[in-house]
Amino acid sequence: MCLAIPAQITELDGARAKVELSGNVLDADLSLIEDAREGDWVLLHAGFAIEKLEPEDAEETLKLFAEMGEATGDVPSV
Amino acid sequence: MTCPPFEESVAARTRHMRERLARAAGAVGRHVRVMEVCGTHTHAIGRGGLRAMLPGNVELVSGPGCPVCVTSQRDIERMLVLARHPGLTVCTFGDMIRVPGITSSLERERSAGADIRVVYSPVEALALAEREPEREVAFLAVGFETTSPGVASVLLQAHGRAVANLSVYASHKLIVPAMHAVLDGGSRIDGFVTPGHVSVVIGPEAYEALSTQYSIPCVATGFEPIDVLEGIGMLLECMAEGRTGSFVQYTRAVKPGGNRRAWDTLLRAFEVADAEWRGLGAIPSSGLRLKPELRHFDAVARYAVPDIEPVDLPGCRCGDVLKGLIHPPECPLFRTACTPRNPIGPCMVSSEGSCAARYRYG
Repeated sequence: MCLAIPAQITELDGARAKVELSGNVLDADLSLIEDAREGDWVLLHAGFAIEKLEPEDAEETLKLFAEMGEATGDVPSV
Repeated sequence: MTCPPFEESVAARTRHMRERLARAAGAVGRHVRVMEVCGTHTHAIGRGGLRAMLPGNVELVSGPGCPVCVTSQRDIERMLVLARHPGLTVCTFGDMIRVPGITSSLERERSAGADIRVVYSPVEALALAEREPEREVAFLAVGFETTSPGVASVLLQAHGRAVANLSVYASHKLIVPAMHAVLDGGSRIDGFVTPGHVSVVIGPEAYEALSTQYSIPCVATGFEPIDVLEGIGMLLECMAEGRTGSFVQYTRAVKPGGNRRAWDTLLRAFEVADAEWRGLGAIPSSGLRLKPELRHFDAVARYAVPDIEPVDLPGCRCGDVLKGLIHPPECPLFRTACTPRNPIGPCMVSSEGSCAARYRYG
């Protein structure tokens, strides 16, 4: 249940945001992180951004998801 | 200790990591027990087939890290009573829906007519309450420090906007006191794979006192199988060198000091309190209760949910599994009476439960 996944902020409205996650757009609450900007990567858990991520760190996690999916035929659970 | 550059393929990293593990395990030179205390790790270990990749002297043990699994039978029964309250809409994370009570489950209550809705985020419960002010909405708040700051934020927002028709059944847990309880309960553990996303919030420093007190290394670890292998490798290297302390494998997300803003938000809505856990019993300062100024959000008080003396699920040994005293196949019900289709205990219900992971992945 502690799953959290990298997502990128596409729209900001105060503490509310739209984030993109593998092509899907989701609502995110940004009240738990500081100084979020459009284009930032965040770690999304249960509708909340719980940390900001460096783009290369987000990319690495997504790359691991993808490779693991290829290796096992398993879809990473979100 | 650094991780290989990520340009390397997962297959190559896995190969290198297995060599590193074999060297470190050889240097440790004795049987060691490594415990993960996060259901998502349990799932990753099964999904990645990691048990088969480890040297023979390394045993992986699952601990009390699945929020649904550690929720006490008393809380489960009281949530079911709450769900039957006439006119009330109960919002819950999906993991809770099939957790068995003695005579019922949220799923069965829903079939019998209760208004129970699965949500992905507590924000949805608040949005529902604000959209339909005549509807009473209660949220079943379970989860560790990854989840509870979001629930805290929702409560503070609801308080700020004077939302009167939202309440929560607060059953949040804190992970570090449970790790103490596991060690005090007689499980021999030589190293902890600590939960990556809890560590994002509480910071790696939160495990240092435990690491020192019991001379056990802790490594905050990410959730892909290669992350978990690296985390175990770092633990074995610590053991080989006789080092203790709290380290971070999951540097992509875990920062020194954790997320202070999330933790501060948590402490504006909740205060630390004693809590009851499945298997581990009552653990001092291991849970969260609403702060006095937010207690009007307490669903238990608002709907006068009576206390219920819990009855153990007959034959179920989830408690011993959660304490790391037995592996799932040692429970006589495992794979016989208790399966994912007909689960008897919560560790078989949740996909993150150690029984479900063992059933699915072996």
